[in-house]
Amino acid sequence: MTSLSTSRPALRLARRTLALLALSLGLGNCNKPSNAAPSKATGAASPKEPDAEPVTLLNVSYDPTRELYTAFNAHFAKKWEAEHHQKVTVNQSHGGGGKQARAVIDGLEADVVTLAVAYDVNQLHDKAKLLPGNWQSRLEQNSSPYVSTIVFVVRAGNPQKIKDWNDLARDGVKVITPNPKTSGGARWNYLAAWGYALKQPGGDDAKAQSFVEKMYKNVPVLDSGARGSTTTFVERGIGDVLVTWENEALLSVKELGKGKLEIVVPSVSILTEPPVTVVDKVVDKHGTRAVAEAYLKELYSPEGQEIAAKHFYRPRNADVAAKYKQQFPDLTLFTVDDLFGGWAKAQPTHFNDGGLFDKIYKPAK
Amino acid sequence: MSQLPLERRRRLRLRRRGVLPGFGLTLGYTLFYVGLLVLLPLFALVFKSSTQGLSAFVNAVTDERALLAYWLSFRTALAGAAINAVFGVVVAWVLVRYTFPGKSLLDALVDLPFALPTAVAGIALTAVYSENAWVGSKLMSMDVKVAFTQLGIVVALTFIGIPFVVRTVQPVLEELETDVEEAAALLGAGRVQTFWRVILPSLMPAILTGFALAFARALGEYGSVVFISGNMPMKTEIAPLLIVTKLEQYDYAGATAIATVMLTASFLLLFGINLLQRWARRAEA
Repeated sequence: MTSLSTSRPALRLARRTLALLALSLGLGNCNKPSNAAPSKATGAASPKEPDAEPVTLLNVSYDPTRELYTAFNAHFAKKWEAEHHQKVTVNQSHGGGGKQARAVIDGLEADVVTLAVAYDVNQLHDKAKLLPGNWQSRLEQNSSPYVSTIVFVVRAGNPQKIKDWNDLARDGVKVITPNPKTSGGARWNYLAAWGYALKQPGGDDAKAQSFVEKMYKNVPVLDSGARGSTTTFVERGIGDVLVTWENEALLSVKELGKGKLEIVVPSVSILTEPPVTVVDKVVDKHGTRAVAEAYLKELYSPEGQEIAAKHFYRPRNADVAAKYKQQFPDLTLFTVDDLFGGWAKAQPTHFNDGGLFDKIYKPAK
Repeated sequence: MSQLPLERRRRLRLRRRGVLPGFGLTLGYTLFYVGLLVLLPLFALVFKSSTQGLSAFVNAVTDERALLAYWLSFRTALAGAAINAVFGVVVAWVLVRYTFPGKSLLDALVDLPFALPTAVAGIALTAVYSENAWVGSKLMSMDVKVAFTQLGIVVALTFIGIPFVVRTVQPVLEELETDVEEAAALLGAGRVQTFWRVILPSLMPAILTGFALAFARALGEYGSVVFISGNMPMKTEIAPLLIVTKLEQYDYAGATAIATVMLTASFLLLFGINLLQRWARRAEA
């Protein structure tokens, strides 16, 4: 072993890293990625020059998609390089959905966003005009390549015999769900409960409101986010039932072993549609529109759908859905558009200050 | 006493030649530094909150829920800082006056709440004090509920405030010679009298500083509290949580309005305590 031969690759690696760094800095500063640094680097790194310069995408997403996109990014990078002879690196950023959207509004240069709630993406248009107002109709299926729903997680053996939403409003049942004021996931939970009450025979808004009120009276802790609630329920052992996304439920049951927790699927629930979109202003600035659009399209492909299903998201593709039928039981699903007139209406009516959620906790005057 | 005004007048004259050179340069640097790092963001905050009309500002700031949240934050921060003002002094006293095995370890432990990410502190405290946990379940059997109540908030704020009091009192105690106490004893003072009339007065400025720092830090604390408070609206909802709630609705103006109130309160408090300290120091002299 000569020290010379071992140090060379290290040097190359260092050079390549430096070039990448320069590239990412260049992306932030000027309209076109700087040409000099990357071409020199690729020349030094390998004799066989790729046909196109490497490209980097930033995907700003919400919390539970971390594992999904790690797998999907690897798949996409391989496919894109095979077809276009261009290296693509997709960087991921995860966090609470609202926080992520605000970061993009405040200047985080996301080429694509894959968030939990369409309402947050709407803000990218309303507050900063980063994309057109009709963004949601640009891709199929409301721009949601994969969906999920809201289900219950109960303790092994289901000691409280929880079968459906009405059991959550029963006296003595402790329900764990996060605070809808700070958590996107919690907003889905709330709307799912409301929708269930509406769909009961003779159900109307007044009955739905009193049902949801009763359910929230059973909530001892309002965590600030969905993962916080999972921790409260699973680690702290507090509560009889955790209301959460199906993908989170399947993941926590898988990770904690089957003997401790069970999933209960209610008769009716909400179809949660996490939307994806390119951020027009950013991709035009970076010159990454083609690859960013291909990235999102790939989510709809059979392979992309399969990856989503493997990570517990319900696929839209019928063939893939049929393959994973056992994992995703049938239930009646309604959408936010069906019952609430879309997020643009649901958010102010229910969740903004002075909305219906606040009324639950306002002492009666 | 008659010399003091003259001294001050002389201090006010900037052109006075000091022993050390470079006063102008360092003053300019200080103003620039404080301006850039502290005043500029604060100015941006006030500016942002002023983008809304006055009535919207007043509405956001005086909403019943906001008032409850300020009051909760204020009360719990005060309680936490007060607890630390008492027990922090005890800790500092032990660390300065006694030698025992493991002392340096204990000394280092005091700083831990500084270094720990606040979310970790919150999760750790909740793990200890929640109703099914080790300590929490014992307290529950005595009908004391800590996690997810206001008491839990006080616990978290006490935890993050410990280093402030200990670290401000410690150096002063080290300076305090034991012969002063011996002299007091020789002059016929009892133990209690020595403590109240000799030790405490010289420690008071440091305790006040530590108290003020712990209090100000607790007022703004978010990370550790949201895990242990339970975040129930109107009951355990601290003011910083309300700010995050407003941001989640993209209500930037409303969020900065509440932030402005918090900021003003903290500043007035710190300023008041500074004045009090100066007064205490002068009374001592």
